[in-house]
Order: sequence, then C-alpha cells, then structure tokens
Amino acid sequence: MAKTIEEINEKIKNGKVVVLNAEEIIDYAEEKGTKKTAKEVDVVTTATFGPMCSSGAFINFGHPDPPIKMTKVWLNDVPACAGIAAVDVYIGAAELSETEGMNYGGAYVIEDLISGKPVKLRATSHGTDCYPRREIETYITKNTINQAYLFNPRNVYQNYAVATNSSNRTIYTYMGKLLPNFGNATYCSAGQLSPLLNDPYYRTIGIGTRIFLAGSQGYVSWYGTQHNPGKERLPNGIPCGPAGTLAVIGDLKEMSPEYLKACTFHGYGVTIFIGIGIPIPVIDEEMVEFLKIKDEDIYTEIFDYSVQRRNKPSYGKVNYKQLRSGKIKINGKFVQTGSISSYFKALEISNVLKEEIKNGKFYLTASVAPLPPEEKYGSLDILSKEEL
Amino acid sequence: MIKRKLVLSFPENIVTKPITYKLVKEFNLEFNILRAEITPNMEGKMLIELRGDKAQIDKSIKYLISTGVSVQEAAKDIILNKNQCIDCGVCASICITQALSLDNTSHKLKFNKDKCILCELCLDCCPVSAIKVHI
Repeated sequence: MAKTIEEINEKIKNGKVVVLNAEEIIDYAEEKGTKKTAKEVDVVTTATFGPMCSSGAFINFGHPDPPIKMTKVWLNDVPACAGIAAVDVYIGAAELSETEGMNYGGAYVIEDLISGKPVKLRATSHGTDCYPRREIETYITKNTINQAYLFNPRNVYQNYAVATNSSNRTIYTYMGKLLPNFGNATYCSAGQLSPLLNDPYYRTIGIGTRIFLAGSQGYVSWYGTQHNPGKERLPNGIPCGPAGTLAVIGDLKEMSPEYLKACTFHGYGVTIFIGIGIPIPVIDEEMVEFLKIKDEDIYTEIFDYSVQRRNKPSYGKVNYKQLRSGKIKINGKFVQTGSISSYFKALEISNVLKEEIKNGKFYLTASVAPLPPEEKYGSLDILSKEEL
Repeated sequence: MIKRKLVLSFPENIVTKPITYKLVKEFNLEFNILRAEITPNMEGKMLIELRGDKAQIDKSIKYLISTGVSVQEAAKDIILNKNQCIDCGVCASICITQALSLDNTSHKLKFNKDKCILCELCLDCCPVSAIKVHI
C-alpha cells in the first residue's frame, strides 16, 4: 500500500513517525523483508559531506548614504560578482583572494559570515545621478546585512569518479594530491548514504524538496548544472559515475560552521565542504528496493587524472566497499585509497536529520516538479560562427 | 659521542645504492633504522638515528647530500588537529606506513604516531590544514 507525504507528516506531528538512516535501512530490510519494511518505516535519511565547488551566496548589503551602485566588489579581498543590482552580489566559493591566493577565497568568506566574523567590504563604482558614491570601505557581519542565502548551482552529485595518477610526478587536483606511479587513488561519494544513490530515478527528490542544508532547512531549487541522468546504469539503477545533480538554496544566516567548511586543495584552489541531508519518504515497496542499496552494490570508474584531457583513460570499475577497505587493485597492483568526502560527517548529518524529523522539527515536502529524466550533457567545442 | 635523528629521502635513481653501509664503513657510525619505506623505482624514506663522533656525523651528512639524498632533522612531530579534522580520510591514501588511517567502525581518522616516519607527504594533502609539523 502506498504512503503519501501528508500521511507521513501527520505521523511526524503525532510523534509516531519511524525514521532510519540510509545505513540502518540496509539490515532492517534484510531482516524484515521489503513488504514489512515499506509498512513500518516512514522515512529514510540520506546525507553527504563533500567538497562542492559549484556553490556560492547571494548577499544584499543594504544601501549606504549617499548610495552606490557597486560595480566592483571585494569581500576580504575576494572579488564578488557585482553585475546585478546596486548592492546585490554573488560570491562564488571557488573565487581566490587577490592578496592571499589559494590560502583564502569565497568559501572562507562564506564560512566567516556564517561564524559571525566581521568581513571587510570594499566596492567601487562609476557613479550615477541616482547612485553618486564612487567607493566604499566598511565592515559587515551576517547581522548587519539584509538577505544572505546560499544558492549552489551544482551539489549532491549522484556518484563520482575515482582518481589516480599513472605519471611519474605528483599531481595536485580537485580530487586531492595524487602520488606518482599509481601511488594512491581518491574517491568522493557517501556511497550507501548518498541522497541521489538512494533515489536513483528521482522518484521522491525533486524541485521544491525540503532538505538539510549546512544546518539550515533549505530546498532543492532546480536540477543542478551538468545534470546527466542518462549516464550508463547498473540493473539496480545505480549510475557508474557522475550522473544527476541538484541546485540547492538556503538561508546562510541559519547555517552552522559544523556543516559547512571552507577548504583548500593544495595546488588546485579553494572549495567548500557542504553538508546536505535529504529525507526520503518510504512511499512504497519499490522505494525500499532502492533504499536498501549498500556500498558493494554501488560501482564507479577509475580514471587517470595525469592525462590532461576531457576524456581520461579508464582503469575499470570498483565498488564502494572495495574503496572503503583502504586499497584497491589497479593493473594488478595494490593502491591505497582515500575519500575526499567525509563518511563520518555524512552519517552524523543523517542522524541529526533523523532526530529533527522524529522531534517534529522537520516536515517532508512533496516535490513541486520532477527532475528531468533526460538532459543534454554536451561539451564545449571551439567553433567559428559559420561552423555553429 | 652524540645522537641525531634524521629523515632521509632517497630519490628513485639511488634507492638501490648501499648508502647506509657507507655510514658504518667510512664514518664509523652506529645507526638504528627506526622506520623505512624503500621500494625500487620509487622515492624511499627512512627515519634513522645516528650515533657517533660529532665531526663524523657532520661529515656523513655532507656525504649523504652529495649522493643526492635529502636530509632533514627529525626533531619534530606531525600534529593532527582533531578539532579541525573533518575525518574525510584523504590523507590515509597518502600515508605509506598507514600511521594515518580511517577506523572502519567509527569512520574517524586515527593517527598512530608510532608508525609515523615523518616523511611529511601528508602535509599538503589536508584540505582543512589539520595536519601540521611541529618543530
């Protein structure tokens, strides 16, 4: 029998909701069977905590007197995009500091704002009749500004690749430091806990879904950039590499530095760890089949990141149980593995979200529109107008 | 008679040369290899304690450098800042001796100092700068 979101929310209200995290559901479904699990469990909480470059925040500073139409803006010497209205900006997480380079950047500005630290705002302008001021330098905190919300164009990747390095030198990538001659391999997914791997065909997660976003209650605002649902899939529905993505939105002022962390990948640049939890309603038995997925059922592909091309040579597929064991075999040789997303933090977030739902602090939403089941995933070719 | 603890890094091309043997033969030093990670065709690392005459030790270090070995004082420690660490485990993939590893049950990062050879490979791999060297 199918369960509706309204029925589940009624149970949350009455304190009768049964919630498990995406790890607990595995043994539960194994022991009780699909039918009983679908009947007894209402919600499964999934989560991830990994670096997500495609993130940033919109901020409105309020107007100074005399007012300014900011055309160039820096926050702690990190340039923000000011090509919108007078005192609105977008600060991208991966933007680098003009004075400190890779040691500081947009992600650090966002973390500092969330932590309540003062941030130096500097802006210049050409000056207009309506906005005469040509420059400003002042300090802001999250309490002095008007709106500040994260609007991340691509988060929560449904699976990701494994990176290794066949060359004879150490390389520094967004997948971390890769030692020469297959010295190590890194991966980046919460695997069995990961939101879109527990709902591989986006049956419940869609536009409008309420989520845990870095400690706040945020929303899925759109499908993410590079959303690629057409990626090759296993019979269990799992795509063997980067597939679906989400664009998410949430109030920066409600977030916690516990669940959002600026970071620097040496030699690559600044990015941001974001903690996201998504509740999946157990609407029917089919949903249980997807939710009971475990690390050994989730496969991904190993790529050679020393090849500086869009398409990199593959060294075959591995599953997350093998990756989490600490070593995998590449070309017959044992290679040490490490994750760049934190399973520990993902598990913590799945449990925090579970408690919030059980305590009636977090209600589920039905999506207002589905994520596209098909989407173009093109590349950028260098063409003249005539060749278009 | 003095004691010095050093970290020796052997480039790939000299990894197979009998360099430590010379330390005994030519400089009359006693040495104790505390940890080593030596694989043919890969950079090798060794944590070594030398005992002997001060002048001889200084000479032996000059000799080591002349052969292409890089020599660092090991009078330092690798420090893991637990408050900063987010337990991702990317450093565990870099750590040849597995002094840094992820615990399978708690999913937290463990640092076993006794296994650390102070090779410092982990220093620039931590995205949140939780690993520092203490001099």
